Amino acid sequence: MKPRTADKIATAIIVTFALLIVAILVGLLGYILIRGMSHISWDFLTSAPQKIRAGGGVGPQLFNSLFLLVLTLIITIPLGLGAGIFMAEYARPGRLTNFIRLVVEVLSSFPSIIVGLFGLLLIVNTFNLGFSLISGALALTFFNLPLMVRITEQAFRTVPKQQKEAGFALGLSKWKIVTSVLLPVALPTIITGTILSAGRVFGEAAALMFTAGMSSPRLDFSNWNPLSPSSPLNPFRPAETLAVHIWKVNSEGLAPDALQIAAGASAVLVLTVLIFNLAARFFGRFIYRKLTASKRMN
Amino acid sequence: MRVKPKKTRFEKHHIENFIGRAYMSFCVLLLIVIIVSMVYFVASKGIANFVSGEVKVSDFLFGTKWSPEADTPSYGAFPFIAGSFLVTLLAALIASPLSICAALFMTEIVPGWGKKLLQPVIELLSGIPSVVYGFVGLSVIVPFLRNTLPGQGIGVAAGALVLSVMILPTITSVAADALASLPQNLKESSFALGATRWQTISRVILPTTFPAIMTGVVLGMARAFGEALAVQMVIGNAPFVPRSLFESASTLTSVITLGMGNTTMGSPQNNALWSMALVLMLMTFVFVLLVRMLERRNKI
Repeated sequence: MKPRTADKIATAIIVTFALLIVAILVGLLGYILIRGMSHISWDFLTSAPQKIRAGGGVGPQLFNSLFLLVLTLIITIPLGLGAGIFMAEYARPGRLTNFIRLVVEVLSSFPSIIVGLFGLLLIVNTFNLGFSLISGALALTFFNLPLMVRITEQAFRTVPKQQKEAGFALGLSKWKIVTSVLLPVALPTIITGTILSAGRVFGEAAALMFTAGMSSPRLDFSNWNPLSPSSPLNPFRPAETLAVHIWKVNSEGLAPDALQIAAGASAVLVLTVLIFNLAARFFGRFIYRKLTASKRMN
Repeated sequence: MRVKPKKTRFEKHHIENFIGRAYMSFCVLLLIVIIVSMVYFVASKGIANFVSGEVKVSDFLFGTKWSPEADTPSYGAFPFIAGSFLVTLLAALIASPLSICAALFMTEIVPGWGKKLLQPVIELLSGIPSVVYGFVGLSVIVPFLRNTLPGQGIGVAAGALVLSVMILPTITSVAADALASLPQNLKESSFALGATRWQTISRVILPTTFPAIMTGVVLGMARAFGEALAVQMVIGNAPFVPRSLFESASTLTSVITLGMGNTTMGSPQNNALWSMALVLMLMTFVFVLLVRMLERRNKI
Protein backbone atom coordinates (compact mmCIF):
# COMPACT_ATOMS: atom_id res chain seq x y z
CA MET A 1 0.00 0.00 0.00
CA LYS A 2 1.19 3.47 -0.78
CA PRO A 3 2.05 5.49 2.34
CA ARG A 4 -0.39 8.14 1.21
CA THR A 5 -3.33 5.73 1.03
CA ALA A 6 -2.38 4.22 4.36
CA ASP A 7 -2.30 7.72 5.84
CA LYS A 8 -5.76 8.49 4.49
CA ILE A 9 -7.24 5.24 5.76
CA ALA A 10 -5.67 5.64 9.20
CA THR A 11 -6.91 9.22 9.48
CA ALA A 12 -10.40 8.13 8.52
CA ILE A 13 -10.39 5.37 11.16
CA ILE A 14 -9.10 7.69 13.89
CA VAL A 15 -11.68 10.35 13.07
CA THR A 16 -14.46 7.74 12.98
CA PHE A 17 -13.52 6.33 16.38
CA ALA A 18 -13.23 9.77 17.94
CA LEU A 19 -16.62 10.77 16.60
CA LEU A 20 -18.00 7.42 17.78
CA ILE A 21 -17.10 8.40 21.35
CA VAL A 22 -18.92 11.69 20.91
CA ALA A 23 -21.89 9.74 19.54
CA ILE A 24 -21.80 7.39 22.55
CA LEU A 25 -21.98 10.33 24.93
CA VAL A 26 -24.73 12.08 22.99
CA GLY A 27 -26.67 8.81 22.80
CA LEU A 28 -26.19 8.11 26.51
CA LEU A 29 -27.20 11.57 27.68
CA GLY A 30 -30.05 11.75 25.18
CA TYR A 31 -31.37 8.37 26.25
CA ILE A 32 -31.15 9.11 29.97
CA LEU A 33 -32.60 12.59 29.76
CA ILE A 34 -35.37 11.90 27.23
CA ARG A 35 -36.50 8.75 29.01
CA GLY A 36 -36.18 10.22 32.44
CA MET A 37 -37.39 13.80 31.96
CA SER A 38 -40.93 12.72 31.15
CA HIS A 39 -41.08 11.08 34.55
CA ILE A 40 -39.65 13.96 36.56
CA SER A 41 -42.21 16.13 38.22
CA TRP A 42 -42.35 18.13 41.42
CA ASP A 43 -44.26 15.25 42.97
CA PHE A 44 -41.59 12.73 41.90
CA LEU A 45 -38.85 14.86 43.41
CA THR A 46 -40.55 15.34 46.76
CA SER A 47 -42.70 12.32 47.55
CA ALA A 48 -41.52 9.20 49.35
CA PRO A 49 -40.90 5.96 47.44
CA GLN A 50 -43.52 3.20 47.33
CA LYS A 51 -42.60 -0.43 47.89
CA ILE A 52 -45.23 -2.27 45.89
CA ARG A 53 -47.60 0.32 44.43
CA ALA A 54 -46.81 2.54 41.48
CA GLY A 55 -46.21 6.28 41.74
CA GLY A 56 -43.40 6.45 44.28
CA GLY A 57 -40.96 9.33 44.31
CA VAL A 58 -37.39 9.90 45.38
CA GLY A 59 -37.77 12.82 47.81
CA PRO A 60 -35.91 11.41 50.85
CA GLN A 61 -33.22 9.85 48.65
CA LEU A 62 -32.50 13.13 46.92
CA PHE A 63 -32.32 14.92 50.26
CA ASN A 64 -30.05 12.19 51.69
CA SER A 65 -27.67 12.45 48.76
CA LEU A 66 -27.31 16.20 49.12
CA PHE A 67 -27.03 16.10 52.90
CA LEU A 68 -24.42 13.34 52.74
CA LEU A 69 -22.45 15.36 50.21
CA VAL A 70 -22.44 18.39 52.49
CA LEU A 71 -21.35 16.29 55.50
CA THR A 72 -18.57 14.69 53.47
CA LEU A 73 -17.26 17.99 52.17
CA ILE A 74 -17.26 19.47 55.68
CA ILE A 75 -14.97 16.63 56.79
CA THR A 76 -12.77 16.27 53.70
CA ILE A 77 -12.03 19.86 52.71
CA PRO A 78 -9.99 20.84 55.79
CA LEU A 79 -8.19 17.49 55.94
CA GLY A 80 -7.48 17.37 52.21
CA LEU A 81 -6.25 20.97 52.17
CA GLY A 82 -3.88 20.30 55.06
CA ALA A 83 -2.36 17.17 53.58
CA GLY A 84 -2.23 18.66 50.07
CA ILE A 85 -0.44 21.81 51.23
CA PHE A 86 2.01 19.63 53.12
CA MET A 87 2.73 17.60 50.01
CA ALA A 88 3.14 20.66 47.80
CA GLU A 89 5.07 23.04 50.05
CA TYR A 90 6.63 21.22 52.97
CA ALA A 91 7.47 17.67 51.95
CA ARG A 92 11.11 17.33 50.92
CA PRO A 93 11.93 14.61 48.43
CA GLY A 94 12.89 11.52 50.37
CA ARG A 95 11.68 8.20 51.59
CA LEU A 96 8.85 9.54 53.73
CA THR A 97 7.48 11.70 50.93
CA ASN A 98 7.63 8.78 48.52
CA PHE A 99 5.74 6.67 51.02
CA ILE A 100 3.02 9.30 51.48
CA ARG A 101 2.71 9.62 47.73
CA LEU A 102 2.29 5.86 47.47
CA VAL A 103 -0.37 5.96 50.20
CA VAL A 104 -2.34 8.60 48.32
CA GLU A 105 -2.01 6.67 45.08
CA VAL A 106 -3.11 3.36 46.58
CA LEU A 107 -5.96 4.97 48.50
CA SER A 108 -7.28 6.65 45.37
CA SER A 109 -7.12 3.46 43.34
CA PHE A 110 -8.89 1.27 45.88
CA PRO A 111 -12.21 0.05 44.49
CA SER A 112 -15.10 1.81 46.15
CA ILE A 113 -16.55 -1.48 47.31
CA ILE A 114 -13.42 -2.09 49.42
CA VAL A 115 -13.86 1.34 50.96
CA GLY A 116 -17.47 0.41 51.73
CA LEU A 117 -16.49 -2.91 53.28
CA PHE A 118 -13.84 -1.24 55.40
CA GLY A 119 -16.46 1.27 56.53
CA LEU A 120 -18.77 -1.61 57.42
CA LEU A 121 -16.07 -3.26 59.49
CA LEU A 122 -14.61 -0.23 61.24
CA ILE A 123 -17.29 2.45 61.45
CA VAL A 124 -20.53 0.49 61.42
CA ASN A 125 -19.46 -2.47 63.57
CA THR A 126 -16.38 -1.52 65.58
CA PHE A 127 -17.31 2.09 66.34
CA ASN A 128 -20.94 0.99 66.54
CA LEU A 129 -22.33 3.91 64.57
CA GLY A 130 -24.67 1.58 62.66
CA PHE A 131 -25.99 2.20 59.19
CA SER A 132 -26.15 5.96 59.36
CA LEU A 133 -25.47 9.19 57.52
CA ILE A 134 -22.36 9.77 59.57
CA SER A 135 -20.98 6.31 58.69
CA GLY A 136 -21.64 7.04 55.04
CA ALA A 137 -19.98 10.42 55.26
CA LEU A 138 -16.88 8.91 56.88
CA ALA A 139 -16.66 6.18 54.23
CA LEU A 140 -16.97 8.81 51.52
CA THR A 141 -14.20 10.71 53.30
CA PHE A 142 -11.81 7.80 52.77
CA PHE A 143 -12.94 7.81 49.18
CA ASN A 144 -12.68 11.55 48.60
CA LEU A 145 -9.63 12.45 50.69
CA PRO A 146 -6.93 11.29 48.23
CA LEU A 147 -8.73 13.22 45.49
CA MET A 148 -8.73 16.40 47.60
CA VAL A 149 -5.05 15.95 48.42
CA ARG A 150 -4.20 15.63 44.77
CA ILE A 151 -6.32 18.61 43.74
CA THR A 152 -4.75 20.82 46.42
CA GLU A 153 -1.23 19.71 45.59
CA GLN A 154 -1.66 20.35 41.89
CA ALA A 155 -3.27 23.71 42.51
CA PHE A 156 -0.38 24.81 44.72
CA ARG A 157 2.20 23.60 42.23
CA THR A 158 0.76 25.76 39.45
CA VAL A 159 1.26 28.96 41.46
CA PRO A 160 4.20 30.87 39.93
CA LYS A 161 7.38 30.65 41.97
CA GLN A 162 7.86 34.41 41.97
CA GLN A 163 4.80 34.83 44.17
CA LYS A 164 6.43 32.76 46.88
CA GLU A 165 9.80 34.40 46.47
CA ALA A 166 8.23 37.84 46.73
CA GLY A 167 6.66 36.75 49.99
CA PHE A 168 9.99 35.55 51.37
CA ALA A 169 11.65 38.79 50.23
CA LEU A 170 9.14 40.72 52.31
CA GLY A 171 10.14 38.67 55.33
CA LEU A 172 6.88 36.82 55.77
CA SER A 173 6.78 33.53 57.61
CA LYS A 174 6.22 30.38 55.61
CA TRP A 175 2.76 29.81 57.04
CA LYS A 176 1.79 33.39 56.23
CA ILE A 177 2.98 32.92 52.65
CA VAL A 178 0.97 29.72 52.33
CA THR A 179 -2.24 31.17 53.71
CA SER A 180 -2.21 34.71 52.35
CA VAL A 181 -0.16 34.49 49.16
CA LEU A 182 -0.40 31.01 47.71
CA LEU A 183 -3.85 29.91 48.87
CA PRO A 184 -5.77 32.76 47.19
CA VAL A 185 -4.01 32.10 43.88
CA ALA A 186 -4.61 28.36 44.14
CA LEU A 187 -8.20 28.71 45.34
CA PRO A 188 -10.01 28.76 41.97
CA THR A 189 -8.37 25.49 40.91
CA ILE A 190 -9.15 23.97 44.31
CA ILE A 191 -12.79 25.02 44.13
CA THR A 192 -13.19 23.70 40.60
CA GLY A 193 -11.62 20.40 41.61
CA THR A 194 -13.72 20.15 44.74
CA ILE A 195 -16.97 20.64 42.88
CA LEU A 196 -15.94 18.04 40.31
CA SER A 197 -15.06 15.59 43.07
CA ALA A 198 -18.42 16.38 44.67
CA GLY A 199 -20.02 15.14 41.47
CA ARG A 200 -18.18 11.85 41.86
CA VAL A 201 -19.20 11.52 45.48
CA PHE A 202 -22.79 12.33 44.60
CA GLY A 203 -23.01 9.37 42.24
CA GLU A 204 -21.16 6.92 44.46
CA ALA A 205 -23.18 3.91 45.51
CA ALA A 206 -21.02 0.87 46.24
CA ALA A 207 -19.26 2.46 49.21
CA LEU A 208 -22.59 3.60 50.66
CA MET A 209 -24.53 0.35 50.45
CA PHE A 210 -22.60 -1.03 53.42
CA THR A 211 -22.30 2.18 55.44
CA ALA A 212 -25.24 4.54 54.96
CA GLY A 213 -27.62 1.63 54.57
CA MET A 214 -30.24 0.69 52.05
CA SER A 215 -33.33 2.04 53.73
CA SER A 216 -34.68 5.42 54.64
CA PRO A 217 -36.92 5.90 57.68
CA ARG A 218 -40.06 7.96 57.44
CA LEU A 219 -38.89 11.54 57.50
CA ASP A 220 -40.78 14.46 58.91
CA PHE A 221 -39.63 17.52 57.05
CA SER A 222 -41.16 19.88 59.59
CA ASN A 223 -39.00 18.49 62.38
CA TRP A 224 -35.59 20.17 62.31
CA ASN A 225 -34.33 18.93 65.66
CA PRO A 226 -31.13 17.08 64.72
CA LEU A 227 -31.49 14.62 67.60
CA SER A 228 -34.97 13.32 66.88
CA PRO A 229 -35.00 10.02 64.92
CA SER A 230 -37.48 11.19 62.30
CA SER A 231 -35.73 14.47 61.64
CA PRO A 232 -34.05 14.75 58.25
CA LEU A 233 -31.07 16.46 59.87
CA ASN A 234 -30.31 13.65 62.32
CA PRO A 235 -26.88 12.33 61.28
CA PHE A 236 -27.36 9.02 63.09
CA ARG A 237 -30.29 7.75 61.02
CA PRO A 238 -29.91 5.31 58.14
CA ALA A 239 -30.04 6.97 54.75
CA GLU A 240 -30.47 5.50 51.31
CA THR A 241 -29.05 7.82 48.67
CA LEU A 242 -30.29 8.36 45.14
CA ALA A 243 -27.56 6.24 43.54
CA VAL A 244 -28.19 3.33 45.92
CA HIS A 245 -31.90 3.68 45.24
CA ILE A 246 -31.34 3.33 41.50
CA TRP A 247 -29.34 0.17 42.07
CA LYS A 248 -31.95 -1.27 44.41
CA VAL A 249 -34.87 -0.46 42.14
CA ASN A 250 -33.10 -2.06 39.18
CA SER A 251 -31.97 -5.17 41.04
CA GLU A 252 -34.88 -5.94 43.31
CA GLY A 253 -37.58 -3.36 42.64
CA LEU A 254 -41.10 -4.67 43.14
CA ALA A 255 -43.11 -1.62 42.12
CA PRO A 256 -44.76 -2.01 38.69
CA ASP A 257 -43.19 1.23 37.48
CA ALA A 258 -39.68 0.33 38.72
CA LEU A 259 -38.12 0.99 35.32
CA GLN A 260 -39.66 4.45 35.07
CA ILE A 261 -38.52 5.28 38.60
CA ALA A 262 -35.00 4.15 37.73
CA ALA A 263 -35.12 6.24 34.55
CA GLY A 264 -36.36 9.32 36.40
CA ALA A 265 -33.86 8.92 39.21
CA SER A 266 -31.01 8.40 36.74
CA ALA A 267 -32.00 11.58 34.94
CA VAL A 268 -32.03 13.49 38.22
CA LEU A 269 -28.60 12.09 39.09
CA VAL A 270 -27.09 12.91 35.71
CA LEU A 271 -28.65 16.38 35.67
CA THR A 272 -27.19 17.10 39.10
CA VAL A 273 -23.73 15.98 37.97
CA LEU A 274 -24.09 18.19 34.88
CA ILE A 275 -25.02 21.12 37.10
CA PHE A 276 -21.95 20.39 39.26
CA ASN A 277 -19.75 20.45 36.15
CA LEU A 278 -21.15 23.74 34.92
CA ALA A 279 -20.99 25.24 38.40
CA ALA A 280 -17.35 24.19 38.72
CA ARG A 281 -16.43 26.06 35.56
CA PHE A 282 -18.50 29.14 36.34
CA PHE A 283 -17.46 29.36 39.98
CA GLY A 284 -13.78 28.87 39.28
CA ARG A 285 -13.81 31.70 36.76
CA PHE A 286 -15.86 33.95 39.01
CA ILE A 287 -13.54 33.56 42.01
CA TYR A 288 -10.45 33.92 39.85
CA ARG A 289 -11.75 37.23 38.59
CA LYS A 290 -12.61 38.34 42.14
CA LEU A 291 -9.25 37.48 43.62
CA THR A 292 -6.96 38.55 40.82
CA ALA A 293 -7.02 41.42 38.38
CA SER A 294 -7.08 39.23 35.29
CA LYS A 295 -10.12 38.76 33.14
CA ARG A 296 -9.59 35.17 32.06
CA MET A 297 -8.56 31.94 33.67
CA ASN A 298 -6.20 29.84 31.67
CA MET B 1 24.37 48.51 79.49
CA ARG B 2 23.95 45.67 77.10
CA VAL B 3 20.69 45.29 75.34
CA LYS B 4 19.43 41.79 75.70
CA PRO B 5 18.61 40.33 72.26
CA LYS B 6 14.93 39.80 71.86
CA LYS B 7 13.85 36.23 72.16
CA THR B 8 12.68 35.22 68.72
CA ARG B 9 11.51 31.72 69.42
CA PHE B 10 8.02 32.64 70.58
CA GLU B 11 7.29 35.40 68.17
CA LYS B 12 3.90 35.32 66.55
CA HIS B 13 5.03 33.92 63.23
CA HIS B 14 6.92 31.11 64.90
CA ILE B 15 3.78 30.02 66.70
CA GLU B 16 1.81 30.32 63.46
CA ASN B 17 4.37 28.22 61.65
CA PHE B 18 4.29 25.61 64.37
CA ILE B 19 0.48 25.32 64.44
CA GLY B 20 0.33 25.11 60.65
CA ARG B 21 2.95 22.40 60.54
CA ALA B 22 1.34 20.42 63.31
CA TYR B 23 -2.04 20.56 61.61
CA MET B 24 -0.67 19.47 58.26
CA SER B 25 1.32 16.65 59.82
CA PHE B 26 -1.87 15.49 61.49
CA CYS B 27 -3.66 15.38 58.12
CA VAL B 28 -0.88 13.37 56.51
CA LEU B 29 -0.72 11.04 59.49
CA LEU B 30 -4.46 10.46 59.20
CA LEU B 31 -4.01 9.38 55.58
CA ILE B 32 -1.39 6.86 56.62
CA VAL B 33 -3.52 5.59 59.52
CA ILE B 34 -6.49 5.13 57.18
CA ILE B 35 -4.58 3.05 54.68
CA VAL B 36 -2.79 0.96 57.27
CA SER B 37 -6.00 0.16 59.11
CA MET B 38 -7.78 -0.55 55.83
CA VAL B 39 -5.17 -3.10 54.82
CA TYR B 40 -5.08 -4.56 58.33
CA PHE B 41 -8.85 -4.93 58.76
CA VAL B 42 -9.58 -6.38 55.34
CA ALA B 43 -6.59 -8.71 55.49
CA SER B 44 -7.36 -9.98 58.98
CA LYS B 45 -10.94 -10.78 57.96
CA GLY B 46 -9.81 -12.14 54.62
CA ILE B 47 -7.43 -14.73 56.01
CA ALA B 48 -9.76 -15.83 58.84
CA ASN B 49 -11.00 -18.84 56.88
CA PHE B 50 -7.50 -19.94 55.99
CA VAL B 51 -6.18 -19.53 59.51
CA SER B 52 -9.01 -21.48 61.12
CA GLY B 53 -8.50 -24.27 58.60
CA GLU B 54 -12.06 -24.00 57.30
CA VAL B 55 -10.91 -23.51 53.72
CA LYS B 56 -7.57 -24.17 52.09
CA VAL B 57 -5.99 -21.36 50.08
CA SER B 58 -5.65 -23.54 47.00
CA ASP B 59 -9.28 -24.70 47.28
CA PHE B 60 -10.40 -21.09 47.50
CA LEU B 61 -8.31 -19.82 44.59
CA PHE B 62 -8.71 -22.74 42.20
CA GLY B 63 -11.87 -24.51 43.34
CA THR B 64 -14.60 -24.20 40.74
CA LYS B 65 -17.52 -25.09 42.98
CA TRP B 66 -19.22 -22.35 44.98
CA SER B 67 -21.94 -23.90 47.13
CA PRO B 68 -21.77 -22.42 50.62
CA GLU B 69 -25.19 -23.69 51.61
CA ALA B 70 -24.64 -27.37 50.75
CA ASP B 71 -24.20 -30.03 53.45
CA THR B 72 -20.48 -30.15 52.76
CA PRO B 73 -19.99 -26.52 51.75
CA SER B 74 -17.29 -25.66 49.25
CA TYR B 75 -15.92 -22.19 48.74
CA GLY B 76 -14.22 -22.25 45.35
CA ALA B 77 -13.89 -18.70 44.09
CA PHE B 78 -12.27 -19.50 40.77
CA PRO B 79 -15.41 -18.74 38.68
CA PHE B 80 -15.54 -15.23 40.16
CA ILE B 81 -11.83 -14.57 39.78
CA ALA B 82 -12.01 -15.79 36.20
CA GLY B 83 -15.11 -13.66 35.57
CA SER B 84 -13.40 -10.55 36.93
CA PHE B 85 -10.32 -11.04 34.77
CA LEU B 86 -12.32 -11.93 31.69
CA VAL B 87 -14.59 -8.89 31.90
CA THR B 88 -11.68 -6.56 32.69
CA LEU B 89 -9.52 -7.77 29.81
CA LEU B 90 -12.39 -7.63 27.34
CA ALA B 91 -13.29 -4.11 28.43
CA ALA B 92 -9.68 -3.01 28.01
CA LEU B 93 -9.54 -4.61 24.56
CA ILE B 94 -12.65 -2.74 23.45
CA ALA B 95 -11.83 0.59 25.06
CA SER B 96 -8.10 0.93 24.32
CA PRO B 97 -8.23 1.34 20.51
CA LEU B 98 -11.15 3.74 20.81
CA SER B 99 -9.41 5.80 23.48
CA ILE B 100 -6.07 5.92 21.69
CA CYS B 101 -7.81 7.06 18.51
CA ALA B 102 -9.63 9.75 20.46
CA ALA B 103 -6.37 10.90 22.01
CA LEU B 104 -4.67 11.01 18.60
CA PHE B 105 -7.65 12.94 17.25
CA MET B 106 -7.29 15.51 20.02
CA THR B 107 -3.55 15.97 19.74
CA GLU B 108 -2.41 15.06 16.23
CA ILE B 109 -5.25 15.31 13.72
CA VAL B 110 -7.18 18.42 14.74
CA PRO B 111 -5.50 19.82 17.84
CA GLY B 112 -7.67 22.93 17.78
CA TRP B 113 -11.34 22.06 17.78
CA GLY B 114 -10.70 18.36 18.36
CA LYS B 115 -9.66 19.10 21.92
CA LYS B 116 -12.49 21.56 22.39
CA LEU B 117 -14.96 18.90 21.27
CA LEU B 118 -13.58 15.83 23.03
CA GLN B 119 -12.40 17.34 26.33
CA PRO B 120 -15.92 18.06 27.63
CA VAL B 121 -17.14 14.74 26.25
CA ILE B 122 -14.47 12.88 28.23
CA GLU B 123 -15.19 14.90 31.36
CA LEU B 124 -18.91 14.22 31.13
CA LEU B 125 -18.42 10.51 30.47
CA SER B 126 -16.24 10.21 33.56
CA GLY B 127 -18.79 12.16 35.59
CA ILE B 128 -21.73 9.87 34.88
CA PRO B 129 -22.27 7.71 37.98
CA SER B 130 -21.69 3.97 37.66
CA VAL B 131 -25.24 2.97 38.60
CA VAL B 132 -26.48 5.03 35.67
CA TYR B 133 -24.16 3.07 33.38
CA GLY B 134 -25.64 -0.08 34.88
CA PHE B 135 -29.17 1.17 34.30
CA VAL B 136 -28.48 2.07 30.66
CA GLY B 137 -26.73 -1.27 30.16
CA LEU B 138 -29.73 -3.06 31.59
CA SER B 139 -32.27 -1.20 29.49
CA VAL B 140 -30.34 -0.78 26.20
CA ILE B 141 -27.40 -3.17 25.80
CA VAL B 142 -29.03 -6.23 27.36
CA PRO B 143 -32.21 -6.15 25.21
CA PHE B 144 -30.08 -5.42 22.13
CA LEU B 145 -27.84 -8.44 22.79
CA ARG B 146 -30.85 -10.60 23.60
CA ASN B 147 -32.47 -9.80 20.28
CA THR B 148 -29.45 -10.04 18.01
CA LEU B 149 -27.18 -12.69 19.52
CA PRO B 150 -27.65 -16.03 21.25
CA GLY B 151 -28.17 -16.13 25.00
CA GLN B 152 -30.19 -14.11 27.46
CA GLY B 153 -28.49 -10.78 26.85
CA ILE B 154 -27.16 -10.56 30.38
CA GLY B 155 -23.66 -11.95 30.63
CA VAL B 156 -20.00 -11.37 30.02
CA ALA B 157 -20.47 -9.43 26.78
CA ALA B 158 -22.91 -6.97 28.33
CA GLY B 159 -20.62 -6.48 31.34
CA ALA B 160 -17.58 -5.88 29.15
CA LEU B 161 -19.44 -3.36 26.96
CA VAL B 162 -20.70 -1.37 29.96
CA LEU B 163 -17.25 -1.37 31.54
CA SER B 164 -15.53 -0.36 28.31
CA VAL B 165 -17.59 2.83 28.13
CA MET B 166 -16.83 3.48 31.80
CA ILE B 167 -13.06 3.25 31.33
CA LEU B 168 -12.92 5.19 28.04
CA PRO B 169 -12.36 8.54 29.77
CA THR B 170 -9.56 7.21 32.00
CA ILE B 171 -7.52 5.82 29.12
CA THR B 172 -8.24 8.75 26.81
CA SER B 173 -7.19 11.46 29.22
CA VAL B 174 -3.93 9.72 30.21
CA ALA B 175 -3.08 8.96 26.57
CA ALA B 176 -3.90 12.52 25.48
CA ASP B 177 -1.64 13.94 28.21
CA ALA B 178 1.17 11.65 27.11
CA LEU B 179 0.81 12.59 23.46
CA ALA B 180 0.61 16.29 24.23
CA SER B 181 3.80 16.22 26.30
CA LEU B 182 5.82 14.64 23.49
CA PRO B 183 8.68 16.92 22.34
CA GLN B 184 7.67 18.77 19.19
CA ASN B 185 11.01 18.26 17.39
CA LEU B 186 10.57 14.47 17.27
CA LYS B 187 7.51 14.92 15.12
CA GLU B 188 9.03 17.70 13.06
CA SER B 189 12.12 15.70 12.18
CA SER B 190 9.93 12.82 11.07
CA PHE B 191 7.90 15.13 8.82
CA ALA B 192 11.14 16.66 7.50
CA LEU B 193 12.21 13.20 6.35
CA GLY B 194 9.08 13.10 4.23
CA ALA B 195 7.01 10.74 6.37
CA THR B 196 3.25 10.94 6.18
CA ARG B 197 1.21 11.67 9.27
CA TRP B 198 0.29 8.02 9.81
CA GLN B 199 3.91 6.94 9.41
CA THR B 200 4.89 9.53 12.00
CA ILE B 201 2.15 8.40 14.36
CA SER B 202 2.76 4.68 14.00
CA ARG B 203 6.57 4.65 13.93
CA VAL B 204 7.54 7.65 16.05
CA ILE B 205 4.74 8.87 18.27
CA LEU B 206 3.13 5.63 19.43
CA PRO B 207 6.38 3.73 20.18
CA THR B 208 7.75 6.69 22.14
CA THR B 209 4.62 7.15 24.20
CA PHE B 210 3.86 3.44 24.57
CA PRO B 211 4.65 3.15 28.32
CA ALA B 212 2.55 6.22 29.10
CA ILE B 213 -0.39 4.93 27.09
CA MET B 214 -0.08 1.57 28.82
CA THR B 215 -0.27 3.44 32.13
CA GLY B 216 -3.68 4.68 31.04
CA VAL B 217 -4.77 1.19 30.04
CA VAL B 218 -3.67 -0.24 33.39
CA LEU B 219 -5.48 2.54 35.26
CA GLY B 220 -8.59 1.77 33.24
CA MET B 221 -8.28 -1.92 34.01
CA ALA B 222 -7.91 -1.16 37.70
CA ARG B 223 -11.14 0.79 37.54
CA ALA B 224 -12.89 -2.00 35.64
CA PHE B 225 -11.65 -4.67 38.04
CA GLY B 226 -13.03 -2.87 41.07
CA GLU B 227 -16.31 -1.66 39.59
CA ALA B 228 -19.17 -3.31 41.41
CA LEU B 229 -22.71 -2.19 40.80
CA ALA B 230 -22.80 -1.57 37.06
CA VAL B 231 -21.34 -5.01 36.39
CA GLN B 232 -23.56 -6.69 38.94
CA MET B 233 -26.65 -5.33 37.16
CA VAL B 234 -25.83 -6.76 33.72
CA ILE B 235 -23.64 -9.83 34.21
CA GLY B 236 -26.28 -12.27 35.43
CA ASN B 237 -24.49 -13.50 38.57
CA ALA B 238 -24.31 -17.21 37.88
CA PRO B 239 -21.59 -19.00 39.88
CA PHE B 240 -19.99 -20.79 36.95
CA VAL B 241 -16.98 -20.29 34.73
CA PRO B 242 -18.54 -18.91 31.54
CA ARG B 243 -18.03 -21.01 28.41
CA SER B 244 -19.09 -18.30 25.96
CA LEU B 245 -19.28 -14.52 25.96
CA PHE B 246 -23.06 -14.57 26.04
CA GLU B 247 -23.37 -16.74 29.13
CA SER B 248 -23.97 -15.16 32.48
CA ALA B 249 -21.13 -15.16 34.98
CA SER B 250 -20.07 -13.44 38.20
CA THR B 251 -17.24 -11.20 39.24
CA LEU B 252 -15.65 -10.86 42.66
CA THR B 253 -17.34 -7.52 43.17
CA SER B 254 -20.78 -8.70 42.14
CA VAL B 255 -20.66 -11.67 44.52
CA ILE B 256 -19.55 -9.44 47.40
CA THR B 257 -22.29 -6.91 46.63
CA LEU B 258 -25.01 -9.52 46.63
CA GLY B 259 -23.72 -11.74 49.43
CA MET B 260 -22.44 -9.39 52.10
CA GLY B 261 -25.86 -8.25 53.27
CA ASN B 262 -27.34 -11.76 53.38
CA THR B 263 -24.71 -13.62 55.40
CA THR B 264 -24.02 -13.40 59.10
CA MET B 265 -20.78 -11.77 60.17
CA GLY B 266 -18.12 -14.29 61.11
CA SER B 267 -19.64 -17.31 59.35
CA PRO B 268 -17.34 -19.20 56.96
CA GLN B 269 -19.43 -18.02 54.02
CA ASN B 270 -19.10 -14.40 55.11
CA ASN B 271 -15.38 -14.85 55.65
CA ALA B 272 -15.05 -16.29 52.15
CA LEU B 273 -16.55 -13.03 50.85
CA TRP B 274 -13.91 -11.15 52.83
CA SER B 275 -11.25 -13.33 51.24
CA MET B 276 -12.57 -12.17 47.88
CA ALA B 277 -12.28 -8.58 49.08
CA LEU B 278 -8.70 -9.37 50.00
CA VAL B 279 -8.07 -10.67 46.47
CA LEU B 280 -9.53 -7.41 45.12
CA MET B 281 -7.26 -5.42 47.37
CA LEU B 282 -4.17 -7.38 46.38
CA MET B 283 -5.06 -6.82 42.73
CA THR B 284 -5.20 -3.08 43.43
CA PHE B 285 -1.64 -3.29 44.72
CA VAL B 286 -0.61 -5.16 41.57
CA PHE B 287 -2.17 -2.45 39.41
CA VAL B 288 -0.47 0.34 41.38
CA LEU B 289 2.83 -1.50 41.07
CA LEU B 290 2.36 -1.89 37.31
CA VAL B 291 1.59 1.80 36.94
CA ARG B 292 4.71 2.72 38.90
CA MET B 293 6.87 0.44 36.76
CA LEU B 294 5.46 1.89 33.56
CA GLU B 295 5.99 5.43 34.81
CA ARG B 296 9.60 4.67 35.61
CA ARG B 297 10.14 3.32 32.12
CA ASN B 298 8.49 6.40 30.74
CA LYS B 299 11.01 8.71 32.37
CA ILE B 300 14.06 7.20 30.68
